[in-house]
Amino acid sequence: MEILMSLLIGFLFAAAVYLMLSKSLIRVVLGTAVLSHAAHLLLLTMGGLGGTKPPVVADGVTVYDYADPLPQALILTAIVIAFAVTAFLLVVSYRAYQELGTDDMSLMKGNEDE
Amino acid sequence: MSNLLLFPIIIPLFFAAILMMFPKNIRMQRTIAAIGGALTVAASIYLAYTVYHDGIQAVTLGSWPAPFGISMVSDLLSALLVVTSSIITLFVIFYSFPSIGVKREQSFYYPAVLFLMVGVNGAFTTGDIFNLFVFVEVLLMASYALIVHGGEKPQLREAIKYIVINIFSSSLFVGTVAYLYSVTGTLNMADLAVKIPQIEETGILTVIAVLFLIVFGFKAAIFPLYFWLPSAYAAPPIPILALFGALLTKVGVYAIMRTYTLLFTMNIDYTHELLGIIAILTILAGSIGALAYFDVKKIIIYNIIIAVGVILFGVSQMNEAGIDGSIFYLVHDMLIKAALFFLIGIVTVLFGTSDLRKMGGLIKTRPGLGWTYLIAAFGLAGIPPLSGFPGKLLIVQGGFEGTQFWGSIVILASSLLVLLSVVRIFIYAFWGEPVETLPLAKRSYNQMFIPTVVLVAITVIFGVGAELFMPLISGAGEVLLNPTAYIDAVFKE
Repeated sequence: MEILMSLLIGFLFAAAVYLMLSKSLIRVVLGTAVLSHAAHLLLLTMGGLGGTKPPVVADGVTVYDYADPLPQALILTAIVIAFAVTAFLLVVSYRAYQELGTDDMSLMKGNEDE
Repeated sequence: MSNLLLFPIIIPLFFAAILMMFPKNIRMQRTIAAIGGALTVAASIYLAYTVYHDGIQAVTLGSWPAPFGISMVSDLLSALLVVTSSIITLFVIFYSFPSIGVKREQSFYYPAVLFLMVGVNGAFTTGDIFNLFVFVEVLLMASYALIVHGGEKPQLREAIKYIVINIFSSSLFVGTVAYLYSVTGTLNMADLAVKIPQIEETGILTVIAVLFLIVFGFKAAIFPLYFWLPSAYAAPPIPILALFGALLTKVGVYAIMRTYTLLFTMNIDYTHELLGIIAILTILAGSIGALAYFDVKKIIIYNIIIAVGVILFGVSQMNEAGIDGSIFYLVHDMLIKAALFFLIGIVTVLFGTSDLRKMGGLIKTRPGLGWTYLIAAFGLAGIPPLSGFPGKLLIVQGGFEGTQFWGSIVILASSLLVLLSVVRIFIYAFWGEPVETLPLAKRSYNQMFIPTVVLVAITVIFGVGAELFMPLISGAGEVLLNPTAYIDAVFKE
């Protein structure tokens, strides 16, 4: 299972890097979103996919059945951070499109005399 | 009081939260921001005093035993950096009063500065690798808000690049933490320092160490990863630039220092030699940039990159002289970069441009400014008895004692280029035919000049009184070279 997940994460990383290297700004933003998905799945996978039960105390479930709760907490933290940063980046992109009149990253070079 | 080390984080957080409530009242904003900054400085100095007298302070939040809760640890290095960053933030707040502009002050400028302070002080104090990630995100989020604050065209353009680069490096940080967790099963730095030497397969740990170097190298602007910094830092106004230039890259440098002395000491031949080579390349790249530009902001910005290289070279040597020198140079560099950006800010306001070729003759009308700038420039280049000298001396000594003596020669040569780059500003802006300057009210000139002079005076005291500060510096270096003290302090809680 871990190998399958690793392949998927590798594909997501490749897609994210490809998108982030493109010219259009919205594709770059989408690339950052895919990249954070890949990082979160990597955290989940690297914590081990062993446990069969959700990490909630319940009757008849021994400590060996639980999935590792720590990576889940880390992912939850990382998700909200990525969410906030993505929201901010989207708004900055929108403002930049309004002010600069382009979404082409290769035209966003600027010059000395602005 | 065991919670003492949390005060430099909680005080600015509390004051920033208060400041969010009345954005339009500028007088209240200024007063409360200044009080918050001053209280943080007081708390951090008291913390440094306590750490110096009573040893490393550690607290595990919520009274959970050490590896399970989040540890906050304040050794001498963290305490020194917290003091330095708090002092700089306080001066930036004072310098902002006359220079940042009413419109910016009314749109949550001071809360953002204080949140940045929360992130920086937290990153210096934390003892947990994922908590370090969270504090780095806190300071990055505040820096995103500050870099785009005001919404001018260059700011919007550079903010996008800055944010995208940092999202990339943060995702890489999460991935690297995931790898480290899967190998060791813990996130507490002290616990990692215990577990990592027990792992026999050092190959994977070396890979993780290099990944951490890439992650923190993005933040610290080391050689192949510094490309985002010059244009991003040139975009925001001067007080924000001073805050970024003095603090942000130094968090990356601190993180490299911490991980490469506490955690990844299993394969020093490879990792630390790589760090040393990259540090030298960073110095070369920064020197080329510092000489290439006629833009005063760009010249000082490339000097940030040079300093990062010098500090990391000292760390890479892993001997007493190198580490002590790095710590001294780190503190010196934070102070002197803030002071230089303040001075550059006054010069650009007076001439209305940052192009050196359009300046001249300022020494006739503003002699005080000229001589202060010259002292700061000599301090940056490391002319004795000023503050750049003792640190660089120790780093060079560390290089000669260590394996990479040629690195020390590059550092000595780079000092000449640093001196040339800053004296060029002095020659162009202060000597020569006087150029017409823009009118600037005496009151706002003084409001900008007085914090600058005080900051330069602090660097002079730091240099002249180096003997006074040496016990603090060598105490900090001792903990880095012997992590046992750090580990014991965390686990005794």
